[in-house]
Amino acid sequence: MRSRGSSNWLVLLSQVVVWICGAAAAFADTSPTLSPTNIFAPASTPAKSIFELSLFVLAVTGAIFLVVFTLLLYSVVKFRKRENDDGREPPQVYGSNQVELAWTIIPILIVVALFMATARVIAIVQKTTPSGNAIAVTAIGHQFWWEYRYPDLGVVTANELHVPVSNPVHPTPTFIKLLSADTDHSFWVPRLGGKTDLIPNHPNTMWIDPQETGVYLGQCAQYCGTQHAKMLLRVYVHSKDEFDRWIRQQRQPAFVNDAVSQGQRIFETTACINCHTVSGTVANGRFGPDLTHLMSRDTIAAGAAPNTPENLRLWIRNPNTIKPGSLMPAMELNEQELDALTAYLETLR
Amino acid sequence: MSTDALALPRTELASRPIVARLHDWVTTVDHKRLGILYIIYALVFLLIAGIEATVIRIQLIRPHNDFVSPPVFNRMFTMHGTTMIFFVVMPVLFGFANYLIPLMIGARDMAFPRLNAFSFWMTTFGGLLLYFSLVGANGLYGAGNAPDVGWFAYAPLTSRTFSVGHSTDFWTLALLVSGFGSIGTAINIVATVLCMRCPGMTLAKMPLFAWLNLVMAGLVILAVSPLTAAQIMLLIDRYLGGHFFDTQAGGSAVIWMHFFWIFGHPEVYVLVLPAFAFVSEIIPVFSRKPIFGYSVMVGATVAIGFISMSVWAHHMFTVGMGANVNTFFVLSTMAIAVPTGIKIFNWLATMWGGKIEFKTPMLFCIAFLFQFLAAGLTGVMLSVAPFTWHLGNSYFVVAHFHYVIVGGILFALFGAFYYWFPKMSGKMYSETLGRLHFWLFFIGFHLTFDFMHIPGLLGMPRRIYTYEPGRGWDTWNFIVTIGVFFQAAGILVFLGNLLWSYFRGKAAGSDPWDAWTLEWSTNSPPPAYNFASIPVIKSRRPLWDLKHPADPDWKYE
Repeated sequence: MRSRGSSNWLVLLSQVVVWICGAAAAFADTSPTLSPTNIFAPASTPAKSIFELSLFVLAVTGAIFLVVFTLLLYSVVKFRKRENDDGREPPQVYGSNQVELAWTIIPILIVVALFMATARVIAIVQKTTPSGNAIAVTAIGHQFWWEYRYPDLGVVTANELHVPVSNPVHPTPTFIKLLSADTDHSFWVPRLGGKTDLIPNHPNTMWIDPQETGVYLGQCAQYCGTQHAKMLLRVYVHSKDEFDRWIRQQRQPAFVNDAVSQGQRIFETTACINCHTVSGTVANGRFGPDLTHLMSRDTIAAGAAPNTPENLRLWIRNPNTIKPGSLMPAMELNEQELDALTAYLETLR
Repeated sequence: MSTDALALPRTELASRPIVARLHDWVTTVDHKRLGILYIIYALVFLLIAGIEATVIRIQLIRPHNDFVSPPVFNRMFTMHGTTMIFFVVMPVLFGFANYLIPLMIGARDMAFPRLNAFSFWMTTFGGLLLYFSLVGANGLYGAGNAPDVGWFAYAPLTSRTFSVGHSTDFWTLALLVSGFGSIGTAINIVATVLCMRCPGMTLAKMPLFAWLNLVMAGLVILAVSPLTAAQIMLLIDRYLGGHFFDTQAGGSAVIWMHFFWIFGHPEVYVLVLPAFAFVSEIIPVFSRKPIFGYSVMVGATVAIGFISMSVWAHHMFTVGMGANVNTFFVLSTMAIAVPTGIKIFNWLATMWGGKIEFKTPMLFCIAFLFQFLAAGLTGVMLSVAPFTWHLGNSYFVVAHFHYVIVGGILFALFGAFYYWFPKMSGKMYSETLGRLHFWLFFIGFHLTFDFMHIPGLLGMPRRIYTYEPGRGWDTWNFIVTIGVFFQAAGILVFLGNLLWSYFRGKAAGSDPWDAWTLEWSTNSPPPAYNFASIPVIKSRRPLWDLKHPADPDWKYE
């Protein structure tokens, strides 16, 4: 019997250790070094409000866990059947109204406290409306990439969202209208804010006000089909000047270079233009990403691969090698055409 | 009531040809046989869905793994979820309810034996239909595939535009058909509990098992109906030109979510209430005390039943419902923690002051208590809508609901298997193998599902077939996958134990646990008519009264 008692100690101890290790690992380091998508390393007001609330919730639930866990552990150990048991039944207790009342009222009070804290943060995040300096962006989810339109600035781009940094004194938040061209998607850049879904025929909004410049990562968080996994999000937060420079550059029409006219002709005489736009040319398709300033982007295929000439060529030859299930068809071009087309795309800066 | 009474008919049975015996099983309307059929059916699907889970985890063991292709991975998680919910956990719980409720309330059978058989075979047909998609989903002539829209199948991914072929149809029809089976069984349970109790057994003297299953059955009727309606609407959209969920023609993707989750959340309680039922029977017997606060337990159960109908949209905190709606569902979701907490406290109080025996069923129930406590608390975290704007659809949610379903429901189920196996088979299981199963599964469970919370906190969404290196997710995913192999080993030991004990186990006798409810007063296994004469009871623990005539329960209740 003694060994049985100690083996149960082991069960419970191992559980405690596992929980503490897990909690410590997740919470010890709230900097992004643990992960670029750590929800405990907020860099924007919505993410910070959630972070503060989550600490409160974790403290409350953690305390409840410790108390009840200890009671359970105590009763399992203390009331185990002993070696020298007399074989008689223990006193038969049927209940107690006082005790029941106590463990009904205390949880109700805890729930009220948690509820009020939660309602406050919901109001902070969901009831904020755009101020004068706000940047408006429309994000449109596609299988399996992101389209970004800046309606007030006349810019259209894809997969890499650029926004200005904000500060508490002169806030320049970004309000994002979320639409979908096909199935459900979800916009989730953990360090900037919680996720909001992009649902067809159901426009949503969210906002961010990143306080530090840099690149913030995330990815689609609502299953949207075969390539849900490689629908990655990249948000570039720039200083005010840099952001203005980026906008000016994006508003230029496509760069024309006679040296790559062969590639341009291939682009404009194949199915490429059905889906892609290169502003200032005949290419004005909208099913795929706008390529006018393709080379200003760090990645292709919604973040699935770095934007290098080799990857670009591989992608045009057969998108399935990088992203199986992508909706772009393999273009069936010969080697020479591939070289020419890649050379043309590389001029789209 | 000696075991000799059964010896004669059993020899007779054994001498009959196997075809005749199989025919008996197929045409049976006996609640005990149907119960066992449900349980065996669920165990077969448990193996299949377990293999699917293993494939998912092997694929995710390291970033950019290519063990399976993206479409295969998507089919695996869809089939794993659908199978586990509809064709493992629900049938196995119906199986136990079927087997035990008439025995516990002193009845000879369920209220509608033929409806019972019909319901079982509908459920069976549903499961077979789902898996027939593997060969028939592109039409009978072509290669098949399996559904790949996720177990909650959000519109418009299920429309014919995005889901060509017939895999979604197999999914829809499988759930539609098995849904009819579920509703039939639920009606049967309600009618049995309300109308078939033995003399003396008022509602207030029923075993908690019957109460919990009564509320469960009520929830099934309320919850499965909207799901059935939604499946019919989806079929109309796909084949009759309807636009319920067709967003291109003014339909609403959000309406599907509401339909699905008004089923989906009560469904969680459909699954967990029977687990509570097992625990509420096992803990008292192995603590040698009556359940603490019986009437409060009943009240909490009914409260859970009601509140669970008003919490569904907490699955939709990220779909843009507006601040006021979100706030309402935060409150209702948090409210359900109160009656659930009361239950945990009452189980704790039942053990308090008892003499706890650590037999295998009790080991599983104690682990259930700790794990369900943790699962409930992560549930409270998820009820905080802003927190769920992060955690929703992340691996944290996956870890949370597996903590509920595996750490809670499955652990309680294993406890129930070991506790009632002697009654159902007449044989005692092997305690050594039972403990081995417990430890393997316990270690595997914690390796997998404790560590699965962490990548969710670090931004890993669910349903991705692969992930980028450098996100801080690699190590956690590796540990999570290792745990799966421990769990698989545990399951194999469990099945081995059942088989070995069935053929080689020692005779169990009618009452191996010195228990108090009516099923232990008849033979193991019980005869077709259950009781030689219908029992008459005076308290909640009729066998306690019988064993302690000087100190019966009915004096105190």
